[in-house]
Amino acid sequence: MKKIINDPATVVADALRGMALAHADLLDVEHDPAVIVRADAPVPRKVAVISGGGAGHEPLHGGFVGRGMLDAACPGAVFTSPTPDQVAAAVARTDGGAGALLVVKNYTGDVLNFETAAELAAADGVDVRTVVVDDDVAVEDSLFTAGRRGVAGTVLLEKVVGAAAERGVDLDGCEALARRVVANVRSMGLALTACTVPHAGEPSFTLADDEMELGIGIHGEPGRRRVPVGPADELVPALLDPILEDLPFAEGDRVLLFTNSMGGTPLIELYLAHGIAERLLAERGIVVERRLVGPYVTSLEMQGMSLTLLKLDDEMVELWDAPVHTPALRWGV
Amino acid sequence: MACTAEDVARALRAVAAVVKEHREELIRLDREIGDGDHGENLARGFTALVSKLDGDVPALPGGVLRLAATTLISTVGGAAGPLYGTAFLRAATSVGDAATLDAASVAGALQAALEGVVARGKAAVGDKTMVDALTPAVVAAEAASAGGGDVGAVLTAAAEAAEAGATATVPLVARKGRASYLGERSAGHLDPGARSTALVLRSFAGQVLS
Repeated sequence: MKKIINDPATVVADALRGMALAHADLLDVEHDPAVIVRADAPVPRKVAVISGGGAGHEPLHGGFVGRGMLDAACPGAVFTSPTPDQVAAAVARTDGGAGALLVVKNYTGDVLNFETAAELAAADGVDVRTVVVDDDVAVEDSLFTAGRRGVAGTVLLEKVVGAAAERGVDLDGCEALARRVVANVRSMGLALTACTVPHAGEPSFTLADDEMELGIGIHGEPGRRRVPVGPADELVPALLDPILEDLPFAEGDRVLLFTNSMGGTPLIELYLAHGIAERLLAERGIVVERRLVGPYVTSLEMQGMSLTLLKLDDEMVELWDAPVHTPALRWGV
Repeated sequence: MACTAEDVARALRAVAAVVKEHREELIRLDREIGDGDHGENLARGFTALVSKLDGDVPALPGGVLRLAATTLISTVGGAAGPLYGTAFLRAATSVGDAATLDAASVAGALQAALEGVVARGKAAVGDKTMVDALTPAVVAAEAASAGGGDVGAVLTAAAEAAEAGATATVPLVARKGRASYLGERSAGHLDPGARSTALVLRSFAGQVLS
């Protein structure tokens, strides 16, 4: 294992100290428990939008804290959900009197910890709602598993709902919008290499040079199968086709296409893949109205990518375009 | 013999030592079918618990169990934090304000712990989770208690049944937690949560008997 770290046990705390210095104008970072908060929190009478999850997926979620997106993010240990007291602290720190919306990815640990936190916050008299994101179409038989995972679609939800909260939409409205995004967003990913969790010291799994894992979650855990690596013209449809069939997306639909790197795949390959995805969508008469391309939901140094489609309506387009000022997303300001 | 708060605290220190000793093994088991953090997370939680016990041991067994619950919930994370935390919390509630624990109250605490884990995680026997170790442990503990066994006999019976239950997870296909995404590929692996449950019960039994 080669990593720029000191002690595996302090990686997250050490990284948070650097993040606080790098973005002192946007963020307050608290360490015990670990919470990343927008610098002007709490914003009076604004719904607090809060998310979190294991560290190692940067910029998710801390990179999306700021005006127009998240009020707070709770980073757990690497690939480990945050604890309930972190989430409860985030709620207490950002509650502007209009309640809080917790955005949770559908992983057992995340759901259990956020559920426990919501109970704690409710006991403190804060109106807390939870929305579980489950956009990963790779999980086929959800009756026999923990259900579809929440993956890259989470970023799109955080942007759209964050914009709504910023313009004063109430908790009921934010919750309903979040559920509408969940109902209209689908993702699928692949891994070309594994990643190494610092405390584990060796890769999470092994792939031969000519193999890839198709249908991964954001920790590299598989969803569908291990298959030979082909050219990009085969990889992109292997991700796109299951997404298109799932909702299903139809001719004339307006979508946001999000091409995401798992961390180790460079932009040259990502843009190449994005171009293919745009062409395939155009061939089906699906209108790409908005795009996001880059490493936004990563798995440490893993090579690989995911595609996400969000079926847009006018309100979502307007909220997507609304100003955002965070470490990882910034426009309109 | 009956368990005092000091006995429960000593047992929890033993759990912490055993978890630390098996940290690598639990990481490896979890890496095979999960994401490889189980050993690390449990070690972090029980280490934090030991430092709290070094500060001050609550006067009653229930208080010690409650301290374990809140510490594990606030330091472990993942699925194991809420599941183990809930188990200890329900056990604490079950024993109430008793000054010492007898065989029946230990068996009752294990039953309450299992009910809490099932309520939180919604797993059943056969899903390849800690429930596969804890369920037979509760059945064995109740049988030992009903048969007139003392606390040591109850915990030993629970530990042995938990170990057998954990071993029985090897051929299963996971239906809950991270391993469920592997489907058929999860068969042939020991479930890390069932393994850690067996380890915890074994160290409890070992302490009370020693």
